[in-house]
Amino acid sequence: MRWLLGKDLLILRRSRLLVALLIFYPVAIALLIGFAISASPARPRVAIVDETPPGETITLGGTRVGLDEYTKQLFSQVDVVHVPTRAVAESKVASGEVLAAIVIPSDIVAKISSGVSQAQIEVIYNGDAVEQSFVRSTIDATLAQANLALSEQIKSVAVHDLNLLLSGGHIGPLGSQELIGLRQLPGTLSGIASRQPPGKDRETLTRIAGFASLAANNLGIAADVLTTVSQPIAVHSTLLQGKRTPLDTYAVVVAVTVSLMFLCVLLAAGGVALEREEHTIARLVRGLVSREGLLAEKAMLAAVCAFVVALAMLLGVSAFVSLDVSRIGLWVLALAFGALGFGALGVAIGALAREVRAASLLAFLLSLPLVFLALVPSGSVATGLYDVIGAVSFVFPYKAALQALDAAVNGASPSLGISIVHLLGLTLLFGALARLGLRKAE
Amino acid sequence: MNVHTAGEVLRVEGLGKRYGSREALHEVSFAAHAGELLAVVGPNGAGKTTLLSMLAGVQAPSSGTVSRGVSEVGWVPQQPAVYSKLSVIENLRLFARLEKVADTEAAVARMLEQTGLIDRAEERIDRLSGGNQQRVNVALGLLADPPVILLDEPSTALDPAQRERLWLLVSELAARGTGIVFSTHIVAEAERYAARVLVLDNGRLLFDGTPGELVREGGGGDFEQAFVSFLAKRGER
Repeated sequence: MRWLLGKDLLILRRSRLLVALLIFYPVAIALLIGFAISASPARPRVAIVDETPPGETITLGGTRVGLDEYTKQLFSQVDVVHVPTRAVAESKVASGEVLAAIVIPSDIVAKISSGVSQAQIEVIYNGDAVEQSFVRSTIDATLAQANLALSEQIKSVAVHDLNLLLSGGHIGPLGSQELIGLRQLPGTLSGIASRQPPGKDRETLTRIAGFASLAANNLGIAADVLTTVSQPIAVHSTLLQGKRTPLDTYAVVVAVTVSLMFLCVLLAAGGVALEREEHTIARLVRGLVSREGLLAEKAMLAAVCAFVVALAMLLGVSAFVSLDVSRIGLWVLALAFGALGFGALGVAIGALAREVRAASLLAFLLSLPLVFLALVPSGSVATGLYDVIGAVSFVFPYKAALQALDAAVNGASPSLGISIVHLLGLTLLFGALARLGLRKAE
Repeated sequence: MNVHTAGEVLRVEGLGKRYGSREALHEVSFAAHAGELLAVVGPNGAGKTTLLSMLAGVQAPSSGTVSRGVSEVGWVPQQPAVYSKLSVIENLRLFARLEKVADTEAAVARMLEQTGLIDRAEERIDRLSGGNQQRVNVALGLLADPPVILLDEPSTALDPAQRERLWLLVSELAARGTGIVFSTHIVAEAERYAARVLVLDNGRLLFDGTPGELVREGGGGDFEQAFVSFLAKRGER
C-alpha cells in the first residue's frame, strides 16, 4: 500500500499544472459562491424626476410635513441619478444607464394634503425578466419603507392634534389661544349643572357632560388605533432550532465545503480512473493489491490532500472573518469525515469511468448541482420539489458535510454528531458502489 | 491443484468462463512446457484474451483449474500496463516491491539488462517509443522470474523492426527455460516462433499441435491458408 501511495504522490508531484488547477479552481469557485452568498446586492441605479416645487410641504391639520423627508427615505435605498424630465428618465432606462426611474408628480403634495385622494408616483423600468423582477422587488420594498416613514409622520401629527383635543392646550400664533380639553369638559359642565336649579337646563347640561365623558373616553384610545392602522403588523422573530448563523461565516462554511468536495472528488475519481487508463489496474489486482485496498488508498490520499487544503483555507479565512478558532477540534472532525464521504464518492465515480477525462467530467457534472441543490431554501420552491431536492441532497455527501462544518464552525443544527453519522453511512454506501464498479478490472 | 509431468510448467484442465448465458470459453485443457513457445491463435472474439486473463488471475474462471498460482505466472497484457509519468526504473522498482521480490535492485538491474533498456532506465515511459514501452511491459511480467509467462498479443502495436526485437527477447527467454504462452491474431508469427499452436474459435479449443500438423489438418498450402481452411472445416462459421 505504501509503495502505491508513494507512486501516487510522485505522479502528483510531476503533474504540477493539474495539482495547481485542482487547488485553485475549486478555491476560486468556492470564493465566488461565498461572495455571492455573503455580499448584499448592490444598490440599483435609479433616475428620479422630482416635479414638485422645491421645499414644498404637506399641511396636515395646520402642521407641515416636509416632502424632503419622504424623498430622503426613498433615495436612501437606491443609487440616485437626478434627471430633469420624464423624457430624459425614459431614455436612461431604455439605454440601460439606470435600472428604473421614479417620477414624483407635481400634484403629490396637494393630493396628500387633501386627505381624501391617494397620491401616486410612477415607476418606469425595462430589462429582462430577471432584471424586472429585481427592480420591481427593490422599488416596491423602497416605496413601502418610504410610505411607512410618511405615515409615521402623518400619524404623529394626528396623534398630537388628538391629544390637544382631549387634554387641551395652547394653539394659534405663540400659543395665544387656550383650548379646553375634552377630558376637562365633563367635570366643568357637571359643576355648572350642579349650580343650576333643577329643571330642563340642568338636565340638558348633565346630558352634555355625559356625552363629553363618553367622547373623551373613546377618543382616548384613538391614538392607539392610529398606531395600529399605520403599522398593522409588527415582526417578532423566533429561531426554533440551533444558533443563528451569521451570513458571512455561513458563506465561509459553504466556500470551504465546496473546495473540500471538488478537490477530494476530483482527486479520488482521477486516481482510480488513471489506473484504468494506464491499464495498470489489472496488473495490480491480480494479487498485488486487493480491490478494497486500492480504493481505500485512492480515497484516503484524496481525503488527506483535500483536508489539508480545506483546513488551511478555513484558518486563512479566520484572519478576515470572525471565526471561533477555539473550536478547531470540531473543524478537524467535520472536515475529516466530510473528506472521507467525498473520497468515497470520488472513487465510486472513478470506478465507473474508464478514463481520467470522463471521470473528471462526471465528477463536475455531479458535484456542481449538488452545491446549488443544498443551498435551495425551504419555501422557495413547491413542497414536492423541495422534498425531491432534500432526498437527492441526503444521498450525496455535500449537504451532510456542509451541515457538519456549519455545526463545527457556527454551532448550527443539526449537531455535528448526527452529520458525522450521516457522512459515515454515505462513505460506506459509496465505498460499496466503488467496489461494485471495480468488479471487472479490465 | 494439478500435478505437472516432467518438463511441464503449466497445466490447464477444463477451463471455462460464462458471462451470464454467454459461454466465452468452454472446457479448455492443455499443458505448457519449459522453454516452449506456445501460440494461442484464433479469430477476433475467439476467447484468446479471456483464456490468458484467467491464466494470469485477472479473471476468475467459471470452471476448471490452473496448475500455477498468480504469483508464479508472469503476465504481459495486450496494452502496456505501466505508469506513463514514471521512468522505466521507477516502474520496475514499484512493481518489484509490490510483488515482494527478494532483492529489488538486483531484479530491476536484471530486467534492464535482459530487455536492453539500461540506457533508457531514467526516461519517463511517455517519452519512449511503442516498442520500448512494450519492452518495459514484458520486463514487468518477468520481474518475479516466473517459470511461465503469458503474452497477450504482444506485437500488435509494434512496427516490423520493433516486432523483430521483441521476438528476439522472447526467444532468449524461452532459451533460458521459461515457458512462453502467447496469443496472436498474426498467424505468421505463430508459424515462425511457436513450437506448438492452440487454435481457439468461439471459446472452444479446436486444435493443439505443431504448426506443421495444423498445415496438414488444413489441407496443405501455406500456414495462413491452412489455418483459414482449418477454421472453415472445424470452426462454427
